Amino acid sequence: MEGFIYPNEGVVEWDLLITIYPFITGLVAGAFVVSSLYHVFGMKSLKPVARFSLITALAFLLVTPLPLIVHLGHQERGLEMFLTPNFTSAMSAFGYIWLMYLLLVLGEVWLIFRPDIVRYALSSQGIKKTIYSVLALGVYDVSEEALSIDRKLIKALAAIGVPAAFLLHGYVGFIFGAVKANPWWSTSLMPVIFLMSAVVSGIALLIGMYIVVAKIRRMPLDHGCLRSMTLWLWGFLSLDLVLEGLEVFTMLYESEESWGIVHQLITEKIAVSYLGIQFVLGSVLPLLIIGFIELSGLKENIKTPFRFVSAFLVVAGVFAMRWNVVIGGQLLSKSLRGFISYTPPLLGLDGILVAAAIMTLPFIAFFILSHLLPPWPEETRVGERKTLSFQQW
Amino acid sequence: MGNKISRRQLIKDGGKTLLGGIFILSVPSLLRSFTRTEEPPNPAAAAQLDQRDWETRYWGFICDTEKCIGCGRCVVACKLENKVPWEPEYNRTWVERYIFTMDGEVFVDSPNAGRDGFTAEPMNLKYQNLDVSKSFFVPKLCNQCDNPPCVTVCPVNATYRTEDGVVLIDQEHCIGCRYCIQACPYGARYVLPEASSTHFGQVRVVDKCTWCYHRISKGLLPACVEICPVGARVFGDLRDPDSPVRKMLSEKRVYVLKPTLGTEPKVYYVGFEKGVQ
Repeated sequence: MEGFIYPNEGVVEWDLLITIYPFITGLVAGAFVVSSLYHVFGMKSLKPVARFSLITALAFLLVTPLPLIVHLGHQERGLEMFLTPNFTSAMSAFGYIWLMYLLLVLGEVWLIFRPDIVRYALSSQGIKKTIYSVLALGVYDVSEEALSIDRKLIKALAAIGVPAAFLLHGYVGFIFGAVKANPWWSTSLMPVIFLMSAVVSGIALLIGMYIVVAKIRRMPLDHGCLRSMTLWLWGFLSLDLVLEGLEVFTMLYESEESWGIVHQLITEKIAVSYLGIQFVLGSVLPLLIIGFIELSGLKENIKTPFRFVSAFLVVAGVFAMRWNVVIGGQLLSKSLRGFISYTPPLLGLDGILVAAAIMTLPFIAFFILSHLLPPWPEETRVGERKTLSFQQW
Repeated sequence: MGNKISRRQLIKDGGKTLLGGIFILSVPSLLRSFTRTEEPPNPAAAAQLDQRDWETRYWGFICDTEKCIGCGRCVVACKLENKVPWEPEYNRTWVERYIFTMDGEVFVDSPNAGRDGFTAEPMNLKYQNLDVSKSFFVPKLCNQCDNPPCVTVCPVNATYRTEDGVVLIDQEHCIGCRYCIQACPYGARYVLPEASSTHFGQVRVVDKCTWCYHRISKGLLPACVEICPVGARVFGDLRDPDSPVRKMLSEKRVYVLKPTLGTEPKVYYVGFEKGVQ
C-alpha cells in the first residue's frame, strides 16, 4: 500500500483466477478464428491445422467457466446467473453466450469429424465401438450426398462462429471497459483490444502447439501452413499494438484528472509487466523477429525455432496484458491518491497452484479429445488406425 | 440418410429434453424454498409497516465537513449497530482527514478508517515540517446513488434500489462475484469475511452501508447520525419540506463526490474542497 486508499480497498478482489479467465477465452477465440479462416474464407494453406485448431478451441472452451465459478464467494449459487439474470449486467450474459458458443463449436466438431467417427464406430470393437457409436448419434450416412450437406452446415456454423467468437471475447473486454469507476479500464477501445489480443494469442498458441505436437508425433511440419499462421499473427499483432498504444496515448494526450495515477501505474507499479513484457518482449520484439525471418531467405527449418520463440513471446505478452488490465486496474485506488500492492499467494483457491492447475486442464482436455478424434491430416496420421481397430477397415 | 427422424418425433423428443432441462435447472431454487425457515412476523409491527407508503419517502444525507471533528464515534456506532467486522478493512462508513499545505500539496489519511479517532496520529507528529494551510475531516459512506453503477452490473439482481431511494443487497442471493465492488467509484462496498457474524449469517458476500435501513424504516435515525456529537451528519426525507435535510439543502451550497461520473449521489457535502475524492 502506498499513498491513500479507501479503507475498503485493501484487497484485490479480482485475483489471478479472473486474470486467467480472459486469457483462456482469448485463446478460444483465436484458435476458432484460425479454423474459420480455412472453413469460411478458404485459406487453403491453413488446412493442416484447421481440425487441430478447432479441437484446441473446444478444449479451452470447456475450461472457460471454471476460473469464474471457483472465484465466486458462493459457488453453489453460480446457477443464479441463469435463473435470475440481470440483463443490464455485462456479466449475466456470460453463461448464455458461453453456452451458445459451446453448442456451436460442438456442432461444428461433430460435423467435421463425423466421417471419422462413423469409420471408427464401424471398425472398432468393445468399449471403443460403444464410445464412437454414441458419438455418431445414430447417423451413419457418410455418402457423398450427406457429406456435401455437412460441408454446407460446417461452413454456415464456422461463419456464425466468427462473430460469436468475437462476441464471446469482445464482451469480456466490455466487462472491464464499461467500469467507469476505474480510469485504467474505462475506455471504449477495451473490447476491441481484448478481441485483437485474443486472436493474437490464439494464433500464437496454435503455432507453438503445432510445432510441439509435430515434434512429439514425429510428423513433418507443413511449412507453408506455419508461414501462413505466422503472417496472420504478424498482421493481428500489428493491429493490436496500434490499438493498445492508441489507448494510452489518448489518455496521455487528454491528460484528465486520472492521468497522473495511471502514468504512475504504468511507469512504476506495472512497469515490468506492462512496458517490459507486454510491450517490448510480447509485441515489439516478436514483430521484429517475424518481420525479419519472413522477409529473409532463411531455410524453412531454420525459421521454425524463430517462429516458435515469437509465438511463445506473444502468448506470454498477452498473458501479461491480461494481468496488467485485471490486476493493474485494481492496484490503483479509486481515490486516485494511492496504490494497493498485490502478490498472488501460492496456496488457496486464489493461489498460483490452483490457477496453474486450471491452466493445465485445457491441455489435458486437448490430449483426451485429440485421442478420441485425431485431428491430424490423413497423410501424416502415424499408426493411428492400428491402435483403434483390430481389423483394417 | 439412414435413421431419419420424423418432424413429429423431433418435436416430441425436443419438448421432453426442454422440460427435463427446466426441471433440473429449477432444483436449486426449489431446495432453497424448502429449506427456508421463515419466522412469522410480529403482527403489530407488520400492520404498522403495511400502513407505510414506501413511495412517499425519499431519503437524503448530508455530511457537514465544517462540523466534523474526526472523533470516529460514527464508525464505532455503525460497526456495533450493523455487526460490521471490527477490523479496519471492513467499513460501512469511515472518516478521512485532508491536509492542505501552503504550497498546494494534499495529504489524505484515515488511520484504522477513523474508527479510533485521529488523536493517536496527530497531524503535527505524523507530518513534520508541513506548512499546513488547512485541514478537515470528511465522513464517507454509501452515496445511495440515484443512478447506481453497482445495481447495473450485479449479474443476479442481488443488489437493488428501493422505492425510497436506498440501495440494498440481498445477501442470501449474492453470489460473491464482486463486480459491484469494481463498479462502485467510492469504495463503499466490501466482502464479508469468513468469520463474520452479520445479521443474516452470511459470509463471502458483499456488504455496504444501508443508511441503517432497518432503523429508518421504523422512523429512527441511522446509527452514525444519532451518535454524532456535533451534528455533522444530517439525515431525512428529501420530499418533506420540514425535514432537516431539506432545510439544510435550501440554506447551504453543497456538492457531491465525483459528480462527473453521473452516479447522482444522495450524500451531499457541505464545505467541500477541490481535491476531495
